[in-house]
Amino acid sequence: MKISRRSLLKASFGLPATVALSSLATFTALPAVAASTQNQAAYKAKTIKDSLSALGAGDIVVSDAITINAADIAENGAVVPVAVSTTIPNAETIAILVEKNPNTLAADMSFAAGTTPYISTRVKMGQTSDVYAAVHANGKWHIAKKEIKVTLGGCGG
Amino acid sequence: MADPMRIRATEAGGEVDVKVLVKHDMETGQRKDAEGKTIPEHYITDIVAKNNDKVVFSAHFGPSVSKDPYINFKYKGAKGDKLVISWSDTKGDSRTDEAIVK
Repeated sequence: MKISRRSLLKASFGLPATVALSSLATFTALPAVAASTQNQAAYKAKTIKDSLSALGAGDIVVSDAITINAADIAENGAVVPVAVSTTIPNAETIAILVEKNPNTLAADMSFAAGTTPYISTRVKMGQTSDVYAAVHANGKWHIAKKEIKVTLGGCGG
Repeated sequence: MADPMRIRATEAGGEVDVKVLVKHDMETGQRKDAEGKTIPEHYITDIVAKNNDKVVFSAHFGPSVSKDPYINFKYKGAKGDKLVISWSDTKGDSRTDEAIVK
């Protein structure tokens, strides 16, 4: 029997909801998703220090070779553009942390060797806070911070 | 199924500049709806970019990344390369889109 879209839809509606749902699931089935490689401990951590040590940071060096490019005052905390670049050689990973968010670590991004170490994204900020950029290079973590003032919070409400 | 990503990849001087806009709610799990019930968390955790099947960029997100995440990164590549970007989220949803480097 040839199944046209129409007859399939009719059939789906005629069947009990569970059956209809399962047939839908078969049609939209996605390839198996690999388990997340995210560092859960780092993302659940509540402080900058805990997040960084969960990422494997031992010695943390405060560096002026990291540039955080963001506005001093963000009007809307839900969308705060943050760009980070560095002149530290062999940088592999850049992480962005917001000190006063419930979980400080916002994102970490890794790039191929030899790439210009630059990333830009947008983060949420609940309130005025220091934003940290952490750069992993040569087995060490380097950090820099910048305060961003928020007029309207981006969490809750 | 999730909406497609918008990907722009342009090459200049041997380096590809990639801008990606992902359509995703990035629900933090801390917000409440009108009835005071917590909206369950639902956010992207992993993003991987491959250029001609070689991983050139990978990222992990927490819930603090804004709704409809935007990322901008660079890698060494050439015009005509095929860039494939995929993400997966906390509910196991995922999506893969591709673009040709211009």
